[in-house]
Amino acid sequence: MRKCKKCGAPAVMYMRQHRLGLCKAHYLEWFVAQTERSIRRYRMFTRDEKVLVAVSGGKDSLAVWDVLWRLGYQADGLYIALGIDGGIGYSAESQRLSQAFAAERGLTLHIVDIPGEYGLGVPELARRSRRGKGKPCAVCGLVKRHEMNRIAHDMGYDVLVTGHNLDDEVAVLFGNVLQWQMGYIVRQGPVLPAEPGFARKAKPLVRFYERETAAYALLRGIEYIYDECPFAQGAKSIYYKELLNRLEAERPGAKLQFYVNFLKAKEEGWFRDPRRDDAPVQVVLHRCESCGQPTTAPGKCAFCRLMDQVGAAPASA
Amino acid sequence: MSETPTPKTATLKLRGKTYTVPAGLRIREAMQRLGLTPESYLPVRDGELVPDDERLKAGDVIRLVAVISGG
Repeated sequence: MRKCKKCGAPAVMYMRQHRLGLCKAHYLEWFVAQTERSIRRYRMFTRDEKVLVAVSGGKDSLAVWDVLWRLGYQADGLYIALGIDGGIGYSAESQRLSQAFAAERGLTLHIVDIPGEYGLGVPELARRSRRGKGKPCAVCGLVKRHEMNRIAHDMGYDVLVTGHNLDDEVAVLFGNVLQWQMGYIVRQGPVLPAEPGFARKAKPLVRFYERETAAYALLRGIEYIYDECPFAQGAKSIYYKELLNRLEAERPGAKLQFYVNFLKAKEEGWFRDPRRDDAPVQVVLHRCESCGQPTTAPGKCAFCRLMDQVGAAPASA
Repeated sequence: MSETPTPKTATLKLRGKTYTVPAGLRIREAMQRLGLTPESYLPVRDGELVPDDERLKAGDVIRLVAVISGG
């Protein structure tokens, strides 16, 4: 039986990439301490700043909110109701779990109801716009990014926190490397600095494998939505994660090394704009003429163009 | 008087499906035999997490919690 490296009690988790086995109490302690370490290492935010956590009702976002709360950060939550049912009441159940989590801890949770706000849920927005080949994932991502940034900006939060873990980051990096999407690759990292109209974004769980965030949620007794989003089946990101986990099974630490060495290479300046010797590759941003949020092309941003296309408008407009 | 034979197998459960595997294997070995990637699941026995390099005892019932999410 594997023992806890700290106290010799039976281990509940063994992390092969760290050669570390821990009992329940020491695993929970380690997870919280490692999160704090990442927050400091990547200069994500301080205890004086207002943090908004994007909460989905899933294990990662609830885990990161729980840890920030335990560490004494000023962290409120934001739940975006996307109007996804999928025969299992997916959005309704996610919202219920997020609200229950916040209520148990006395935390503030803001809720944005997309069908209530814009007249249509994400599946209908995708269907009407004919984007995403029958899958609303691209529209969902667009809507979430826009609304997270809007609320963070309008309500004066200094930083927007997401529950992205190392597997999420590695899957994105892997996908971008396969396509050599340099514009995306150079922007990827644990922190995206604030830009005019864009809140700073931070991912405090970025050094944890997905099984570690799931273990934290289970051991802490956090009730999260276990069912996958009904539209996620066959998603490319899940395929990449499974592929990378097969590699990890043979080569413990492969995922961690892929990501950490990418960050190191970036820091050492290997990703440079070929047109300029002295600056990293930059994406030029414009201001959306409709909502004011930053956008990569002049004119309206992708969110406002989507709303125009489907004839949706904010209820408050 | 005949004794009830001790089972030489353990059970893995995943999303409503049940798999019978030989006792004595490590949990991750049993998962690999079933074509599952150990890194994508957490084993739970009697409501408690267990390391996946633990050996299965006869009669063990292990629930596998899928950890991959995304889309």
